[in-house]
Amino acid sequence: MSKITTDETEILAQQHPIAPYLRMDRMPHIWCPTCGIGTVVKCYATALEQSGVDLDKVAVVSGIGCTGRVAGYMKLDAFHTTHGRAIPFATGLKLGRPEMLVTVFSGDGDLAGIGGNHLIHTGRRNIDMLVILVNNFIYGMTGGQNAPTTPIPARSSTMPYGNFEPPFNLPHLVASCGATYVARWTSLHIRRLTKSFNEAIHRKGFRFIEVIAPCSTLYARLNKLGTGFHLMQFYHDHAEIHHGIDTREVGIGYQDTIICGKFIDEEKPTFLELMNNHYRKVLGDKFVPMPLEGGMIREQD
Amino acid sequence: MKADPAGVLTGAHYLDGDFACGEGAMAAGCRFVAGYPITPSTEVVERISRRFPMMGGIFIQMEDELASMAAVVGASWTGTKSMTVTSGPGFSLMMENIGLGAMMEAPCVVVNVQRGGPSTGLPTMVGQADIMQARWGSHGDYELIALSPQSPQEAFDLTIDAFNLSEIYRVPVMFMMDECVGHMTEKVVIPPAEEIEVVPRKLSKLKPEEYWPYSVNGGDIPEMVRAGDGYRFHTTGLTHDHRGYPDMSAECQELCVRRLVEKIKHNADKIVRFEEEETDGADVVVVTYGITARVARMGIEMARKKGVKVGVIRLIVIWPFPEKRIRELAGMVKAFVVPEINYGQIVLEVERCAAGKAAAVPVSHGGGGVHDPNDVCQAILGAAK
Ligand SMILES: Cc1ncc(C[n+]2csc(CCOP(=O)(O)OP(=O)(O)O)c2C)c(N)n1
Ligand code: SF4
Ligand SMILES: [Mg+2]
Repeated sequence: MSKITTDETEILAQQHPIAPYLRMDRMPHIWCPTCGIGTVVKCYATALEQSGVDLDKVAVVSGIGCTGRVAGYMKLDAFHTTHGRAIPFATGLKLGRPEMLVTVFSGDGDLAGIGGNHLIHTGRRNIDMLVILVNNFIYGMTGGQNAPTTPIPARSSTMPYGNFEPPFNLPHLVASCGATYVARWTSLHIRRLTKSFNEAIHRKGFRFIEVIAPCSTLYARLNKLGTGFHLMQFYHDHAEIHHGIDTREVGIGYQDTIICGKFIDEEKPTFLELMNNHYRKVLGDKFVPMPLEGGMIREQD
Repeated sequence: MKADPAGVLTGAHYLDGDFACGEGAMAAGCRFVAGYPITPSTEVVERISRRFPMMGGIFIQMEDELASMAAVVGASWTGTKSMTVTSGPGFSLMMENIGLGAMMEAPCVVVNVQRGGPSTGLPTMVGQADIMQARWGSHGDYELIALSPQSPQEAFDLTIDAFNLSEIYRVPVMFMMDECVGHMTEKVVIPPAEEIEVVPRKLSKLKPEEYWPYSVNGGDIPEMVRAGDGYRFHTTGLTHDHRGYPDMSAECQELCVRRLVEKIKHNADKIVRFEEEETDGADVVVVTYGITARVARMGIEMARKKGVKVGVIRLIVIWPFPEKRIRELAGMVKAFVVPEINYGQIVLEVERCAAGKAAAVPVSHGGGGVHDPNDVCQAILGAAK
């Protein structure tokens, strides 16, 4: 954890372009120097700014992990939930107040490991939310254990002789569940990632963006890959952009090509649209949809 | 305020406890339910999924009970009253996010139509063995509220109370039905909407720049806001300060968790609810709840005919427990007799409160059926000696 003195925090609060989107009263953050998560937050905040959406209606939901701490730093309605449950929590938030623009921001272990069942079912239902998954190939927060994304034969603290379990190809997984927008970038692709966030913010349905980002402290160290800087250099040399490529082709091997790009961008009715249209058809005038501002009962005044 | 007529099916009906509970939820203003099917609770959500589309409610069948409970806590933050429904195995899965609800102080209701356990146990048959789980099931220290109905009518009435209590104290409220009450069909009278009192979500009137989500100003219960109203607040399952910001110090833990516990303890006198009968001069007091309260009746009458003075405490609110009253009675009676469909749960509370001044006699039943009233009678006769 890096130390910044109070004065410097104040200077940062004034100068940092995304300061209005952050809880500057919580700086310094807990992330390690050259960790990739901060860059992803910067891109997301910039995309929010460019998007022109009403920030009062934007909620960020995180699970648990280093990436899970994002919700705690965003100056929005922000929920830091339980390990793996950010997506179902976000489902309640969206359905309880349909006008909310919900973003889930969490790690690979959180969303694809313990939360994997929620990931696939929420994709299948096409619930309207943007899911940002920061994939650092490892469980960062707990000290570098094996993740469902760890490539073979990368080393992790629980695979000290190297991983032998096949990892998920996440874009392919969510695409086959029905996600409407699927993209992958690395934390080096600042401009493209920001553009992709902005684009996805304006889409509907279950949108999924995977961001490959350095865990400099654990993944890089355990695998003797240098610092975050070296991983960024690796992304620079080994990332290839293939928009629209068949997602079966985008699995990631150890220190191998990282295929990036927008793989899927299509329009499909969301859960709420399917539900409302269906009930309107079968129930006619008897159907009363959930109000956009939610089902809260209030005193008549 | 008065109930929204859209959710109130006024009239006299012939309903089972599950349906009546569903009607109670809709009358209370519940408009979001997430659940996963499990016997013997499923009829609650079947009832709701049939009627919700006509009143602006959303029912969603989630992929499991972890998701159901997480969705309910999420929906609670929109101000929409939320509930989930399950039985033993699902209740176990919900514990994780019941803890989140307790920590975030998100009002919601969790219905558990109890069946025999442990594990898959007796899927279609009665049990009352989740009573301690309702109190202690999620890890860490917290307090919450649990109720237990003895009839379909109470399943309706007390479900409304469960929602109201959850709003007042900002806690998940456990609605501890049992399979017998859930599947028992009786007359249920649903009053007109204007006769049903519901507690609306009380939103803070402070401006966003003045507001912190866990500020209590010396009180017990912080003011709530909801997502989407411009407060841009933060809440977390981590130990947090008044701003909702994580603080990993023992001092903050003390402040944060002590209040979670004390907001219920300080208000226990207002929350505790039980029916008391003929305890004046009683030799033995039977402490009972749910279906067992009705089965024990016959045993109590049998013992009375044999000359024993038997009083009754029927728990309506189980947690917080009526400690004060049990303590007082302990100094006046020989013994408490506690029939329940488990191998001894509430009897432990009775024993704790009696503190050696009166015996606490369990009348155990493993589940899959109800007590033989004669066993209750024999226990009373034995305790009266
Ligand atoms: C139910 C539960 N199990 C385990 C943990 C411990 N835990 C905290 S974070 C984490 C892994 C997070 O990994 P990932 O989602 O990849 O996030 P990262 O730290 O890499 O960003 C685990 C296992 C927990 N908090 N809760
Ligand atoms: S442990 Fe890894 S993922 Fe976590 S903050 Fe440090 S570098 Fe980032
Ligand atoms: Mg990770």
